[in-house]
Amino acid sequence: MKKIVVLAKQVPDTENVGDEAMKEDGTVNRSKLPAIFNPEDLNALEMGLNIREKLGGTVTVISMGPPGAKDILKHSLYMGADDVYLISDKKFAASDTLATSYVLAGTVKYLDNVDLVLGGTQAIDGDTAQVGPQTAEKLDFNQITYVEDLIECTDEHVMVQRDGEKQEEKIKTSYPLLMTVTGNSNDPRYPDCREMLKYFRADLETEFDEEEKKQAQKNDWIIPILSADELGLDEERCGLSGSPTQVANIDNIQLSGGDLEMYADEDDSIQDLVKDIMKEQVEVE
Amino acid sequence: MKTVVYIEKNPINNKAREVSLELTAKAYSLMEPLDGEVVGAFIGEGLPNNSEELFTYGMDRLIHLTDERLDNLQSAVYKNIMCEMIKEEDPDIVLYGATHNGRDVAPLVASKLQTGLTADCTQLKVDDYRDKGKILYQIRPAFGGNIIATIVTPEDRPMMATVREGVMPLPADPPEKSMEVEKFNETIEEDLLLNEFIDVVKKDDTVNLNKADIVVSGGAGVGSEEDFKLIHDLADALGGDVGASRAAVDFGYVDEKRQVGQTGTVVRPKLYIACGISGQVQHRAGMEDAKKILAINTDPDAPIFDIAHKGVVGDLKEVIPTMLHYLKEEE
Repeated sequence: MKKIVVLAKQVPDTENVGDEAMKEDGTVNRSKLPAIFNPEDLNALEMGLNIREKLGGTVTVISMGPPGAKDILKHSLYMGADDVYLISDKKFAASDTLATSYVLAGTVKYLDNVDLVLGGTQAIDGDTAQVGPQTAEKLDFNQITYVEDLIECTDEHVMVQRDGEKQEEKIKTSYPLLMTVTGNSNDPRYPDCREMLKYFRADLETEFDEEEKKQAQKNDWIIPILSADELGLDEERCGLSGSPTQVANIDNIQLSGGDLEMYADEDDSIQDLVKDIMKEQVEVE
Repeated sequence: MKTVVYIEKNPINNKAREVSLELTAKAYSLMEPLDGEVVGAFIGEGLPNNSEELFTYGMDRLIHLTDERLDNLQSAVYKNIMCEMIKEEDPDIVLYGATHNGRDVAPLVASKLQTGLTADCTQLKVDDYRDKGKILYQIRPAFGGNIIATIVTPEDRPMMATVREGVMPLPADPPEKSMEVEKFNETIEEDLLLNEFIDVVKKDDTVNLNKADIVVSGGAGVGSEEDFKLIHDLADALGGDVGASRAAVDFGYVDEKRQVGQTGTVVRPKLYIACGISGQVQHRAGMEDAKKILAINTDPDAPIFDIAHKGVVGDLKEVIPTMLHYLKEEE
């Protein structure tokens, strides 16, 4: 029996920037990007569900973010998560990775007696890969990053394949443990029809009025929201005041637009192209 | 001022990783105008074979803790040793390679010291900031490469950043310093050696895209694994190496090792040929510093043409064979 927590983040889909999100000056309108389940967090959830299937126990998904992040929590329920929590508070606004990990570690402590924490290696909007390790450090859990495969798990230990970049590592370790997993680690399952029927009316606790609440409670439709106070967090370590890094400046990327010489798709001009390339390469050298 | 550089070893050749040399050189260029110091910090089972090379890029001192129990990554132990080294040296800046191990240890250190860490910086500079005196400007792409953010750590010290391999090129004429290596005394906490390495297999290190003078890359527009052979053929004919966009890797046309971009390798070749690559920002982030860019694409409005120097609007399955034909003639 293992108590497993999965860290999940809702992110703008930065990897598929469509025309509708491009502004005329060639920069991206971030508010137009669709919000999705951070891809590697789905792999983390899949791994958590696999471990629960082998060892028994529970999988709890937690997400820090605005109310809209309930979408990925509902998706987690559809995939088979036991419990989900939204961690949301104005005090968390403008958190960098250090402040975020403080809140996430505080939530894992609040959930109590957690054996295993799983998350994606990185989120596609920030690509920092820092929140997982920083959460492990605050929990005083051992960590394994870049997990590519779960080889074995028992009540006492786990054995995984880690992508050590220059080497493949087969590592055995025990609990409590935090692992960050890569997109190669598994194929996340699709939502389950029965779970969808069960949870399609699930919503944040604030969305039900008193009358609805009873029925919602009975049916397990309530997604609890945890605030800084409920988690017993030190306000100073959350949000802006808990973030050592600050954004001093943001520049939108604009396409530079250099001198472009076009060659027609005809034999003669392709021959010119080949000649020009060869000549230039000699010159550069 | 003082900068500490976290030095890593490549287990395949037992030499210091390229990024460790690159960061040493970068640290020297940041510290030199301020009469600052560059200190290397190494943790592992034995020093890199080419430690002396670090001093040819401006390192003043190398401190190390070497022990056979540290032959592979033991996150908690590495973290504690690195924190002790930082306490002892009291640097203003600490730089790490954004390697898998650097990205494992650096955030642990930042969390324990409760200071700022900025990942995957593409530019670093030291300059005045408001009333804070000289601080580190950490410039990095964010939002999948759609924006460039300048991050600062105004209050806390040290200011820490990671940088990916190949992003900061080695200088042509680095300063030579005399070698000074010191052992760092710290006991290894046995009870924190929590990872048991059952098996370790060194990877194939032959793909070295950031060393190639010519890179020919294929994207989603190539259409199939079979047609991706054209990319290999063109690279062979030009004596270059093969790269790919994320889409081509996702479709399984080519191995992940060859991915160029924000996630993947950063290349700076003399010639980059983008075939069937639309040129999304995350790809451009890995190749836009190429001296010359040739784009071949069926879509005349593909963003790749906005950064290309030469372009052909056409089907790569026809253009590349024609190029191969004339390349043969050139010989």
